[in-house]
Formats: sequence, C-alpha cells, structure tokens
Amino acid sequence: MVDTSNIAPITRTAFAAAEAMPDALGRFGRFGGTYAPETLMPAISELIAAYEEAKRDPAFQAEIDELATHYVGRATPLYEAKRFAAEAGGADGPRIFLKREDLAHTGAHKINNALGQALLAKRMGKPRIIAETGAGQHGVATATACALLGLKCIVYMGEVDIQRQSLNVFRMKLLGAEVISVRSGSQTLKDAINEAIRDWVTNVDDTFYIFGTVAGMHPYPMMVRDFQSVIGREARAQVQEQTGSLPDAIVACVGGGSNAMGLFYPFLNDESVEIIGVEAGGHGLESGHHAATLVTGEEGVLHGSWSYVLMDDDGQIVETHSISAGLDYPGVGPELSHMKYTGRARFVSITDEEALDGFKLLCRTEGIIPALESSHAISYAAKLAKEMGSGKTMVINLSGRGDKDMHTVADALGVTL
Amino acid sequence: MTDTATSTSRIGATFERLREEGRTALMPFHTAGFPTLESSKRIIRALIDAGADLVEVGVPFSDPIADGVSVQGTGQIALQNGTRLKDCVELVRQLRTEGITAPLLLMGYYNPILKYGVERFVADCAAAGVDGFIVPDLPIEESAALREACVAHNRDLIFMVAPTSTDDRLVAAAERGTGFLYCVSVTGVTGARDSMSQTLGDYIARVRAHSNLPLAIGFGISKPEHVRQVGELAEGAIVGAALINALNSVADDEKPAKAAEFVRFLRGE
Repeated sequence: MVDTSNIAPITRTAFAAAEAMPDALGRFGRFGGTYAPETLMPAISELIAAYEEAKRDPAFQAEIDELATHYVGRATPLYEAKRFAAEAGGADGPRIFLKREDLAHTGAHKINNALGQALLAKRMGKPRIIAETGAGQHGVATATACALLGLKCIVYMGEVDIQRQSLNVFRMKLLGAEVISVRSGSQTLKDAINEAIRDWVTNVDDTFYIFGTVAGMHPYPMMVRDFQSVIGREARAQVQEQTGSLPDAIVACVGGGSNAMGLFYPFLNDESVEIIGVEAGGHGLESGHHAATLVTGEEGVLHGSWSYVLMDDDGQIVETHSISAGLDYPGVGPELSHMKYTGRARFVSITDEEALDGFKLLCRTEGIIPALESSHAISYAAKLAKEMGSGKTMVINLSGRGDKDMHTVADALGVTL
Repeated sequence: MTDTATSTSRIGATFERLREEGRTALMPFHTAGFPTLESSKRIIRALIDAGADLVEVGVPFSDPIADGVSVQGTGQIALQNGTRLKDCVELVRQLRTEGITAPLLLMGYYNPILKYGVERFVADCAAAGVDGFIVPDLPIEESAALREACVAHNRDLIFMVAPTSTDDRLVAAAERGTGFLYCVSVTGVTGARDSMSQTLGDYIARVRAHSNLPLAIGFGISKPEHVRQVGELAEGAIVGAALINALNSVADDEKPAKAAEFVRFLRGE
C-alpha cells in the first residue's frame, strides 16, 4: 500500500469516517486514488470538503429530492416486463423487472448526477461548468442542469462523436451550452475527458468540472455513485414491494459504470443478489474492436484513477469500439474494478449484433425503445433468463431511451431514413 | 530538505556547479521520437552542445492530460512512428555512450511506467544513465512506489508545484522531492505564452520559504527575457512548447541546427 503517513494533511481525513469505501485517499481496495496534476490537487481537496459538507446538510438533500421529484420525475417506475420475460425465458423463466431510468427527464439516468453536481457547483460559488460527453447524454443532462440553475456550460465532445450524435449537439446548444469539438487523439470520449481536464487545470479558480461517470479521480467515483444510487435505493424498495423479496440478479450495462454503480450500490451487502455488469463486446472480443474493459483489460491508471484499462503492451491507451457511444470507453470505475477483483460482481460482454437483437426484442415485446447502451443489459438478461428457471427474479437497469440512436440503428439494419 | 540521493546525484551536482558560477540552468524539453527517434537524439545532442545544462526527455503518451497542443502534437507523432518507453530509455543509453554527461531526465505519464514495472523501469533507467523523473499525473500522495525505487537506485524524483499548491503541499513536495522542484509558472497546461505571470515572484518566494531544493520554473517560457526574469527568481528555466514551435517552423533535417539556435537565442547570445 501507498505510504502516506508523513504527508502533510490535505483535508481529506474527515471523509474516511463517513464512508467505508473509498478510504481517505479515494481507494476502493487497490483501485481508485487521485492521479491528477498538482495544479488540480488543491481544487480536488476543496471539492471533497464541499461535497462532504453538502452531504451532511439536510437542506442540500432536500433541494436534490425536490428537483428529483418535480423536475426529473422520480421515483422512476420499476416495471415488470412480462411479455419480454415470456419470450426470453419461456413459461418457466424468471420474472423480469425494468428500472425505467429512460423515463427520467432528458431520457436517461445521467440527469441524477448532473443535477447533483450542478447544485454542488452553485453551492461552491463556481459560475462556470465544464463537462465531457461521448454519446451526448451526459452533455445534454449537464446543459439541462445548467439551464435550470443559471450556470454557464461548456461541453467537450470528440469530433467523431459530434459527427455521429449531431442531434444531441443541437439539443445542448438549444439548452444554452457551448459545445467544443475535440480533435486530439481518437477524437472520442477519452479525448473529450483529456480536454476537459486541461480546461479544469487552466480555469480551476472559477470552474466546476461535472464529470459524468464513476471513473476519474477521487472524489468523482464516490460522488457520482452517491448521486446515482437513488436508482438502486428505489429499485430495492420497489422490487420488494412488488415481489415480497430481494431479486436474485441485477443487471446493468457498463461503460464508465455510472448507471451500473447506481443500481448495484444499494445491493452490495445483499449477498444473495447476484450482480452482473454487461460490457460492450463490439465486433467480438477476439476482433480487438470492443470496449470490454473489465472482461479483458488489465490494471492501470487512466484519467486520474487506478482501475482496469484497455491498453497496449507499452501502456498506451487503446481506441475502443462499440455501437453505443456511451459504452465506447477504454476505462471503467474503480469501485467496479474492485467488485471484479473481489468477485462480488461478474462481468460479461455483449456484441453490437447481440445488443441490436436485445434492442429489437424489447421494442417488439414491450413497446419500449431502449438506448443502445441499455440494450446490452437487455440482451444479456435475455440469455440469462433461459438459465435462471422459474421462481426467480431479475432487475435490469433500463438506463436510457433509444430515440437518440435511431440513426445508428437504422444504419446497422441497412435502412435509409 | 535534500537527502543523500540529491547531494550525490548528477542533477544536484549540476545545480551546485551552476550556483557557484552564478548561472541559471537552462533545461529544454524534447519529446523522444519527434520527429523520429534518431532525429530526436540529434536534437538533444544539439541542445546540449549549444549550452543546455539539463534536458527533459519527453516520453510520449496517448492521453497527456497536463499538456497543451504543442507537446501533445509531438507525442502523437512519436507514437505514430512507434516510439515506446523502452526506446526512450535506450535513447538515453545511446547518448551516454556518445559521451553526453549533462543530466537527462525522463518526463512522462504514469501508465506506461506501471506497465513496464516501476522497479524494473527505474533499474533500467539507472543502468542507461537516466538521472531523474518527472511524472505529471503522479502527485505526492500516489508516488510511494516510484519514490522507493528512485531511492533504491539513487535517482531523483522531481515533484511539480503550482501556484495553487497550498503551503502544506509545498512542504510535502519539498520533503519528498529530490533534485529540484518543478515550479509550474501558471495554472494551466504546457504551452508557450507571451508574458510571464505578474505574481510569479510572490509565488516563488512562497515556494522558497518551504524548500531548500533548487527551483526550476516551467510552462510558458518562450523568450530570452523570460529566462532572465526566471533567473532572478529561481535556479532553472524549463522550455518545452516554445522549442517545439521553433522546431516546427523548419524541415526535419534542419531541426537539430534550429534547436541549437534556439538555445543560444534563449541565452541571449
């Protein structure tokens, strides 16, 4: 372990007592930490202190709850997908429930975190917000929160993603955000994160970085998890209300991992609940064109934290592929890395083609068009349903709706719109 | 305070000698593998022959979060032409074989070092003649493994401090760092700038109050007057992006000569 006993105090110690994981240095076991440029370290300490203080303030929690209820539309339903279950698992299959984050305002779970962090930024007196986005969902959620709270919003987005997600770029601009095209590296999400970090390093005095997932440097993996864990808290209560017991399995897709940690976190101590994360298998693991970081990656440091990473034999981060831009990321959250390392969760992958099958199946059986990200979880759940048997219960996080993906799906199906 | 590693290191000895001569250390940065590996070796030689006192050899990385466009661009080219971390170590070994005695540091991000293996990396670097390391995404809190290896192999680990660093962080950097302290002149990423910060003097005085290590100032230095200004405050001036911009203004085969010319320009010669 890292010896930090002699380092001068960096106002982090108070936090350790409040939370078992991560520890005071942001570690989830061997994962996590703060691999950040020195210029940011004081700002990170300030953020940790401000978040800890806000978390203890009932007024802050009340503010979040108020917006969650009346603006986001929480609690989102936990819906039993009977026709989907019958088709996927047959007559003897498990009961399958969908946690309907697609019904949250802006159409995905991303708003839970964006609003929480935007409220924190406002509380800290930071008028300028920056964010990164891949598919555009976190960018839209952040632009939405900034419009609501009157904050200036700048979103970094890779040029490649801007091209394939033009609808979300337009949405962000309508919401008053400035979208900056990132042309370095692979011009996708990881490069957008690099550029947002550079902006934060440069404008650290007045700028708050609203990071969109449970990866990155401490305290983001913890903070984003906390803001997203409303998903799991609701689902845990709802499933017991509807079935009388805890589910046997919970399933979520994993890119950086925010919807997954949001669902999983409140179930971590429920040992009977099997936790399954579904990564993007792209063109197949053997093709090398995928984003299955936990399934195939190795330990490394990316974007400020120690986690599983997809890299080459020189430690250079590799470019990933997924049909869903939201899963197209070579890193993953440190807490999910820890869950893989300890075996608390298992991680699998679903190819582009399988995800499309899941997408179509849910459309056809339930009248719900899922996001391509969520379709990975749907597709794996359909496989799992065949093995589980009757009398079992499964909860899938339906993390977003698929409207944004119409062009991609049409392309993949050979349809010209 | 400096520890024994520093007092016996080539970096420590160089700062000591320059102090006696009343000169400011000029420390250019150049990315290994830019524009090619062989050419980067000639450029580094030219920098030293023209009067550079120490050289930071940049290790290319796919995701350089602390670097501006100039340094990013060189790293991308170096990666495209296949430059790996082991090539950077080998580059230093060759420079030593060719008789270069000036301190040579590797500056690069942590993941390639981790992948190489921290202990093996530092051991190989020591054998090759690398004197020290600067790792921009490795703050004091996360540095124990690399620091341990550096102590074992008598290499310097240089920490960066920034205008935003609190006093307690300055103390920690001074206690943990060896060789010199890398004082980032501005809150920002690497890159040439027109003028130095007005508040640089106050910031450097604050660093000085907490450290006995030599201080080198970097980020934004692009002109002879910057080097002079820095010389009044600190023991060393680090120049990266401005040199790259100068090199980018000429064809590849003219880059070594341009590098030498730029060192003389910065020296006011």
